[in-house]
Amino acid sequence: MSKYQVNLKINNMPIAVEEGTTILEAARKLNFRIPTLCHHPDLSVAGNCRVCVVEVKGAKLLAASCATPVSEGMEVLTNSEKVRIARKHIVELLLSEHNADCTKCFKNGHCELQDISSEYRIGEHVFLDLVKPESKIQDISSPAIIKDDSKCIRCQRCVRTCEEIQGVGALGVINKGDQQRISTFLNKPLNEVVCTNCGQCINRCPTGALTERNYIEEVWNAIYDPTKFVVVQTAPATRIALGEDLNIEPGARVTGKMVAALKKLGFNKVLDTDFAADLTIMEEGTELLTRLKKALVDKDETVKLPMMTSCSPGWIKFQEHMFSDMLENLSTCKSPQQMFGAVAKTYYADKINIKAQDMIVVSIMPCTAKKFECERPEMRDSGYQDVDYVLTTRELAMMIKQAGIDFNKLEEEHYDSILGESTGAAVIFGATGGVMEAALRTAYEIVTGREVPFTNLNIQPVRGMEGVKEATIKIKNVKPEWAFLEGVDLNVAIAHGLGNARFLMDKVNRGETNYHFIEIMGCPGGCLGGGGQPIPTSPEIRQKRADAIYSEDEHMEIRKSHENPEITEIYKQFLGQPLSHKSHELLHTHYKPRNRY
Amino acid sequence: MEKTLKKVDIIFEINKSCSPIAVLDRTLQRPADEIVLDLIDSGLKGRGGAGFPTGLKWKFTRNETSDVKYVICNADEGEPGTFKDREILDRVPEKIFVGMTICAYVIGAREGYIYMRGEYNFLLKSLQKKLDDFNAMLTKKEIDFQIYFNSGSGAYVCGEESALFESMEGKRGEPRNKPPYPTVAGYNNKPTVINNVETLVYTTMICHMGPARFKALGTTDSRGSKVFSVSGDTPIPGIYELELGMPLQDFVDEFGDGDAKAIQVGGASGHCVPRKKFNDTIIGFEGIPTGGSMMIFNSSRSMYNVLHDYLEFFTEESCGQCTPCRVGCQQLLKGIEAVKKGDKPPTYLDDLKKLTGTMKIAAKCGLGQSVGNPFNSIVDNFREEIIY
Repeated sequence: MSKYQVNLKINNMPIAVEEGTTILEAARKLNFRIPTLCHHPDLSVAGNCRVCVVEVKGAKLLAASCATPVSEGMEVLTNSEKVRIARKHIVELLLSEHNADCTKCFKNGHCELQDISSEYRIGEHVFLDLVKPESKIQDISSPAIIKDDSKCIRCQRCVRTCEEIQGVGALGVINKGDQQRISTFLNKPLNEVVCTNCGQCINRCPTGALTERNYIEEVWNAIYDPTKFVVVQTAPATRIALGEDLNIEPGARVTGKMVAALKKLGFNKVLDTDFAADLTIMEEGTELLTRLKKALVDKDETVKLPMMTSCSPGWIKFQEHMFSDMLENLSTCKSPQQMFGAVAKTYYADKINIKAQDMIVVSIMPCTAKKFECERPEMRDSGYQDVDYVLTTRELAMMIKQAGIDFNKLEEEHYDSILGESTGAAVIFGATGGVMEAALRTAYEIVTGREVPFTNLNIQPVRGMEGVKEATIKIKNVKPEWAFLEGVDLNVAIAHGLGNARFLMDKVNRGETNYHFIEIMGCPGGCLGGGGQPIPTSPEIRQKRADAIYSEDEHMEIRKSHENPEITEIYKQFLGQPLSHKSHELLHTHYKPRNRY
Repeated sequence: MEKTLKKVDIIFEINKSCSPIAVLDRTLQRPADEIVLDLIDSGLKGRGGAGFPTGLKWKFTRNETSDVKYVICNADEGEPGTFKDREILDRVPEKIFVGMTICAYVIGAREGYIYMRGEYNFLLKSLQKKLDDFNAMLTKKEIDFQIYFNSGSGAYVCGEESALFESMEGKRGEPRNKPPYPTVAGYNNKPTVINNVETLVYTTMICHMGPARFKALGTTDSRGSKVFSVSGDTPIPGIYELELGMPLQDFVDEFGDGDAKAIQVGGASGHCVPRKKFNDTIIGFEGIPTGGSMMIFNSSRSMYNVLHDYLEFFTEESCGQCTPCRVGCQQLLKGIEAVKKGDKPPTYLDDLKKLTGTMKIAAKCGLGQSVGNPFNSIVDNFREEIIY
């Protein structure tokens, strides 16, 4: 059904827009900027902060422009006297409830409330200070997320994120009136509830109420400690987003500059999580084929299919809480970050002759859940904590600024070797569908001896931002040892964002599907939309990052994990073969059920 | 025409010759459009306080195309000083049920709900029995409509219609953005008529006695009569049905204790009228409208305490979602405390009055929008009591 055009005037300028358009959207088309706080392009409309109010001629009340649809003949004023007075009052009210210790705040300079109040030059505002002393007690229970109620403006963006995008509902609104605030089930600390540490709430918090627990000082201390050998690994999705925090437009590939910056910061070796992503493909691809064989040939009913990826620590914790009866379906592979840590403190430490206890492994991740993951008790197979500190992409940008590095002017540099070589298959781990695509590129070739039957290796059906994707790959003309797979339709599915994951898992649970392999990433768009990525985020920004990732893949010399020479080498020298005893010791693990609240 | 205080007996009238069921039977024989026209003609406006014309509300909902529509009776009587709906529910529940059934017939609804405040649950035992009988009667007569009770949990804001829908849907009772209005998207986002208890009884009675008799009462802007809850410094507190449009002085003469210094008209969210304005104040939509609450304060009362109580109430009962209401209420409350203590100068009251101007036009719902009513009317008329 085609939509009607609605004619209206905004600040006396005529415009025609589709019916259902909000005043805010119409105003933006005319380049009138209306400030917003509770509004976010990824979320439903709340209309509760009220800073976007505008005057509609003839109406007694101001209209929240984010929540009010246009109507025929409407005349809107975005900056009338009434609007200005109301808007200033509203910002003053928000500030009166806000612990404005801006200079000490982690979000200083990245705060939407700060931006609005400086725009309106709100200095010594008239109203009384309402910040409750008890609200200043931060929830620091989580290794990933810090919650500071004294900074909260009750816009509920976090609540909507947790509910609408992630389907987790760890955060909710409690109480009413002056006691209203954002809390958890029974007011429990974040580390005792269903919070998956995904950090999507942080990405959408307009103030410093939700921030990552930062490990910047710890990492500087390690770098400056002469007794420590500090190696750093960088996740696939960091290299296409870091620029956004360093004055570069979204979608720029800054891999070489990032490596150069890390070297300048003083890390002893700059290595790549992508290497471990290739390693993951070897292990996980083999695990999938093994499971298929056991199920199809040996008719072993204890083998669980579909197999599900285990790269995303937010997804793993979500499954532990919500779908714990299906933990056996989860691949036993550790995530690339943790494979890297385990290998770094064993194989790599031996090679470069450094004692594991003297090595500090730092990760640069697009993720906050990785901070939780590295502290999990399962992640100490090297005999030490395999990964010591996780920094988000944002924290790395801060360190680069602190060090006075002019990022834009850096000459591109290469990763150190070994554990620095990687493939296009590894970099696409950063986008939803990437692990699936990488796994298929390798598994199909193992089974058939031929490349996947897609132009230029680009498996388009598993790409894109659709919430749940499905694809079927027909396996034909297999090698003799894989005869049982001849003619099999390999059914796969991909979900990103935990809300979509829940939808897909419910379908699987109801027995409505016949998938063999499922990729799930905890965050919208996959890791490129991770909770540790530069703020802001929006569908457009995530699309630009995805384009950059696939472009990075196309520019790689090697695009299949099994062709990474360093991978060949580590199996030859250290691991033997995928799923070997050594692999199981270092690269695989099991997870445990958790409470559902 | 100058009106005087006149007691009326429509709401609670028990007419042996014509039971509510008989009204229902008769009305359901008539074309729905005719009923709507009668209601519009009667001039009946919503008795919950906001005063939207009832006939139009029914008409708009009738005109919506939808498989599912709802009739909801708002019995979340939460305005401080209002207790008329409790009496109506207790004494003439059938008239409410009939009003809802007529509405269902007009708009095409198969389900009706009475959203009753949790504090009235003690009424449920006897009411449920009467409702069961009524529903059984409807079934017997093959009228495709059933009514159910729905209990609130004590939040004042859930009397706001869209918060009430949210609450009924099992969500947090927070008002929605408007538009859409309930006639288009109410309960379960379906077209919904939501009327106050008293309004529904008047619809029954207008169907019974015809619009002319109703219209003959009251004034051009305020047709008919209304049930008042009279409380405070009065020797005769209670429920009274009075013709609309009387001067406040008449009311004070009838109900006051001879020493009334102020009347709070319309409950905590209403307006405070001081003695010197009793004569010039008309009770009705052209003057000061009320959902029914009339609180009388005599000269022994501190208007600072009165305002302080109201502001404490709003500070607690704001749902908390929108900034002007959540923070504004706190600022008003702490603000008058600061002026009283001398921490802020008396002129700070003027800053706060400006703030109520923002709350009135920028808050999301009627709660935040109306806090300025008591604040300004008490501060303006009793400024010295607030300061000293």
